[in-house]
Amino acid sequence: MFDNFVVPNLQPAAPEIFLVVMASAILLIDLFIKDSRRTVTFALSVLTLLGCAVIQFLTWTPDITYTFSNMFVDDQMADVLKLFLYLAVVMVLFYSRAYVVDRSEMNKGEYYVLTLFATLGMMVMISANNFVTVYIGIELLSLSLYAMVAMNRASLAASEAAMKYFVLGALASGLLLYGMSMIYGATGSLEITAIAEVLRNGGANGNLLIFGLIFLIAGMAFKLGVVPFHMWIPDVYHGAPTSVTLLIGSAPKLAAFAIVMRLLVSGLFPLAAEWQNMLIIMAVLSMAIGNLAAIAQTNIKRMLAYSAISHMGFMLLGIVSGVVGSVDPVTGDIIRDARFALNAYSSAMFYVVSYVLMSLGTFGMILLMSRSGFEADTLDDFKGLNQRSPWFAAIMMMLMFSMAGIPFFIGFFAKFTVLMAVIAAGYIWFAIVAVLFSLIGAFYYLRVVKLMYFDAPQDETPIAADADMRLLISANGIAVALFGLFPQVIMTLCAFSLLRSLTP
Amino acid sequence: MSNHLLSLAIWLPIAAGVIVLLTGSDRNAPLARMLALVGALAGFLVTIPLWAAFDPAYVGMQFVEFSNWIPRFDINYHLGVDGISMLFVILNAFVTVIVVIAGWEVIGKKVAQYNAAFLIMSGLMNGIFASLDGVLFYVFFEASLIPMYLIIGVWGGPNRVYAAFKFFLYTLFGSLLFLLALIYLFVHSGTFSILDWHQLSIPLGAQIWIFLAFLIAFAVKVPMWPVHTWLPDAHVEAPTGGSIVLAAIALKLGAYGFIRFSLPIAPDASHQLSGLIIALSLIAVVYIGFVALVQADMKKLVAYSSIAHMGFVTLGFFMFSALGVEGALVQMISHGFVSGAMFFCIGVMYDRVHSRQIADYGGVVNTMPKFAALFMLFSMANAGLPATSGFVGEFMVILGAVKFNFWIAFAAATSLILGAAYSLWMYKRVIFGEVANPHVAELSDINKREFLILGALALCTLWMGLYPQPFTDVMHTSVNELINHVNTPKIQ
Repeated sequence: MFDNFVVPNLQPAAPEIFLVVMASAILLIDLFIKDSRRTVTFALSVLTLLGCAVIQFLTWTPDITYTFSNMFVDDQMADVLKLFLYLAVVMVLFYSRAYVVDRSEMNKGEYYVLTLFATLGMMVMISANNFVTVYIGIELLSLSLYAMVAMNRASLAASEAAMKYFVLGALASGLLLYGMSMIYGATGSLEITAIAEVLRNGGANGNLLIFGLIFLIAGMAFKLGVVPFHMWIPDVYHGAPTSVTLLIGSAPKLAAFAIVMRLLVSGLFPLAAEWQNMLIIMAVLSMAIGNLAAIAQTNIKRMLAYSAISHMGFMLLGIVSGVVGSVDPVTGDIIRDARFALNAYSSAMFYVVSYVLMSLGTFGMILLMSRSGFEADTLDDFKGLNQRSPWFAAIMMMLMFSMAGIPFFIGFFAKFTVLMAVIAAGYIWFAIVAVLFSLIGAFYYLRVVKLMYFDAPQDETPIAADADMRLLISANGIAVALFGLFPQVIMTLCAFSLLRSLTP
Repeated sequence: MSNHLLSLAIWLPIAAGVIVLLTGSDRNAPLARMLALVGALAGFLVTIPLWAAFDPAYVGMQFVEFSNWIPRFDINYHLGVDGISMLFVILNAFVTVIVVIAGWEVIGKKVAQYNAAFLIMSGLMNGIFASLDGVLFYVFFEASLIPMYLIIGVWGGPNRVYAAFKFFLYTLFGSLLFLLALIYLFVHSGTFSILDWHQLSIPLGAQIWIFLAFLIAFAVKVPMWPVHTWLPDAHVEAPTGGSIVLAAIALKLGAYGFIRFSLPIAPDASHQLSGLIIALSLIAVVYIGFVALVQADMKKLVAYSSIAHMGFVTLGFFMFSALGVEGALVQMISHGFVSGAMFFCIGVMYDRVHSRQIADYGGVVNTMPKFAALFMLFSMANAGLPATSGFVGEFMVILGAVKFNFWIAFAAATSLILGAAYSLWMYKRVIFGEVANPHVAELSDINKREFLILGALALCTLWMGLYPQPFTDVMHTSVNELINHVNTPKIQ
C-alpha cells in the first residue's frame, strides 16, 4: 500500500520542523508554569529561535533545493530572510517581555506560542514554492496574529482591531485564493516554478491569467498593507497592544517581501509588464496617502502605521524597476530587458531589511517608555525626552532621521539603492515623485525630533526599563547608525542571496 | 603624515563632539566647554598644514585620500582639496573656534549638546568641502542639516520651531533633486567620482536637466532670490553661534556646489543658462539690498545683506572669467569673516539688552567705545570700503563684469551704494546719537573674550583687505583650470 511512499528530504525544512516541535512542546510545558514564572516560557521561546538559527547555519547549502514534491524551496534568499526573521522575532520577544509581564491578560504562555507559530507561518511563506504552501503560511501567520491582537480581552480598542483585522484579512485571503484558482485554471499548475515554465512556453489562457493576477495582487497588497488595501493597518497598529504592533510591524514585512518575490518574480515573471503597472500605481498611492495621512496623526502608533504604508510603497518601487520593457523597432515585439533585475530586487530586499530594523527600534522605544498601566503611544508622550534621557532621545532621533532617509543612517541607503534601481530603469518621474513624498514624510519624523528636543517634558518620570531592554534598544539604535556608515555588509548579503536564488 | 590630514579635519571635530556629549548634564558644563575648545583648536591646528604644505602651482587635487566605501556601486571614500576648497576647510575650522568661544558664557543650558552640535557640524562641513565622490559629498551635505536643525530649534528664539522646520525642509527639498541628478550621472557614467564626471561628455538636453537639478539644490543653499526666504527666519531665530556658522560657512556650501558641480559637469548648460543666473543674482544684489534697507531688526538686516553679497558671488561665477570667479571666491571668504563678525556684534548687544530692534538702541558709543570702534570696521567692510576685505571681492567681480557687459557691471555696482546705505545707516542709528534709553546707559563694554573674537576677525578682515595676494595665489591655478574647463564645450 505504501510502495510509492518516498520519505521526503527533510533537511531543507529542518528549522521549520524544529520550530513546530518546540512550539508544541512549549505549549505543553507552559501548562505547568505559574504566571509568575513565565520567564521560563520566554527563555524557551528565545532558545527555540536561536536553535532555528543554528540549524539554518548547519543545513546551509549553496544550491536551490526543493522538497515535499516541490512544494517547499530552500535557497539563499530564504536562508538570509529567515536569519533576519529569527533576529527580528528574538528582538520582539525581548522588547515586549516587560510590557507583557505588566499586563496579566497578556502574560500567558499562549503569547509566546502564538509568536512562534506566527514565525513558523512566515518561514513557510518565505520558502513556499506552491500556491498552497503560500496560502498555508499566510493563514498560519494571520490566525496567530488575529488571536494575539485580541489577547487583551478587556480592551475595547484591541477587540475592535482584532475584529477588523480578521474580517478584512479573511476577505483578502479569499481574494488571494480566487486569484490562485484562476491562475491554476489558466496554467494547470499550482507549483510556482511549473507555472513559470508554462508561461514561458506561452501555453496559458491570457484573459483568465490576467484576472487571476489581479486578484492575486489584491490579496498580496492587503498583506503588504499598500494602498488601496491599507485600511486595516492604522486601526490594527493603533488598537493592538503595543507589543503585538511591534510584531505585526516588523517581521511580517520580510515574509511579505518573500511572497512578492516568489509569486511575482519567480512565478509570474513573464507577466512582469502587467504586474509592474499595477504595482506602480499602488506604490505611488501608498507613498502619497501614507505620508500625507501620517502628518495628521496624534498617536504615534497610528503615525507609524501610515509611515509603514509609505515605506512599503517605496519598497515596491524597487520591485517594479526589475524589468524594463521596450518595443523592438524591427519586429514590433516587446523586449524585456532584465539587466537591472538583480539590482532592483536586491534594493527592495535591502529596503525591507532596513525598514524592519528601524521599525523594531521605533516600536521598541514606545515599549521602553510605557510602564504598567501606562501606554506611551501619543506623540505628546515623547515631549522633552531629551531632558528625561538624552541617550534614548538620541536613539529615537537616529531612528527618526533614518526613517526620513537622512544620512548617515541606514534608511538613507535603503532609499538610495531603490532610487538607483528606479533611475537605472528609466523611471525618472517616479523617482521625482518618490523623493517629493519623502520630503513630505520628513516633516512628521522631524516633528517627533522636535517634540523630544525642543519641547519641555510633560511628565518627569525617569525611564524605568530593565537592563536587557536598554542594552538591546541601544544596540538597535547604534546598528541603524553603524549600518548607515557601512551599508555594504547588508547590501552585499541581499544581492548575494538573490543572485543565487533568482532563476528568471 | 600629510596623507590623512583631511580625514583628521573631518573626524577629529566629530570625535571631539562625541566626547563632549559624554560629559552629559550641565553640572559638567565647564568641562564640556573646555573639551569643546580643545577639540575646536585641534581641528583648526590640523588644517594649518593644509595651507603650509599646499603647492599652488599644482593642477588637480592635493592631500588625496582614497579607499573603497561601497564597492558594489563604486562609491569611494575619496577626499582631496584644490586651491578653492582648501581655503574653505581652513575658514570652517577657524570659525568653529570662534563659535565655541562665542557661546562660552552665553549658553547656559545643555552646554555639552550645544558645543557637540557645532563640533559635529564643523566636521561634516569639512567633509563637504573635501569630498571628491558624489555620494560622499551628498551624505555630508545632508547630514549637516541635522545639527543645524537642532541648534536653531533647541537654543533659538521664540519662533525657533517654525524657523527650524523651514530651514530643514527647504534645504532637503533642494538636495533631494540633487541626489536624483547624482544617481542619473552614475547610471550614465558608471561612477560616482566627481573628477570623472568633469570629463564626461553629456548632450546639451541632459546637461540642462542636470544643471537645473543642481541649481535647485544650490540656489536654496546660497540662497538665491526667490528661494531665499528661509534664511532671514533661520538667522533671526538661531542663537548667535548658529547665525555665525550659517552665514560664514553654510551659505558657502551652495556657492561651492556651483564651482564643484554645476560649472564643470554641465559647462554648456551653464553658458546657456548664464543669463538666468545673472538675472537672479542682480535681483538679489539690487532688490534684496533695498529690502535690507528697511529692516527694523538688525539680524534680519544682516541676513538680507548676506543674500545680496551672495548674489555677487553667483554673479562672479557666471561671467566665466578668472577675475570674476576669483573675485567671487574672495568675496565668499571675506563674507565669512565679515558676516560672522556682524552677527557676533549683534549677539554682543543682544546679550546685554535682549533686543535686536534698531529702535531700541542709540548712543551705544557712549557706553561701549571699544565695541563701537570694532563694529565700525565690520560695518565698513560690509559696505565694501577699500582696505577691508569686503572691497577686494566686490571690486574684482565688478571689474570682471565690466569686461563682460557694462550694464551688468553698472547694476552690480549699485550694491556699493546700497551696502553703504544699509550698513552705515544701521550703524548710525545704533551707535551714534543720544543715549536712547536706560538699558543703553547701563551697557558695559566688551570683555576680553569678546574682544579676542572681534579682534581676530578684524585682523583677518584687514589682512584680506590690504594684502589679499596670499589668498588669490593659492586659488589661481585651480581657478584657471576651472575656467579653461568651463569654456571648453563638452558636447561632441
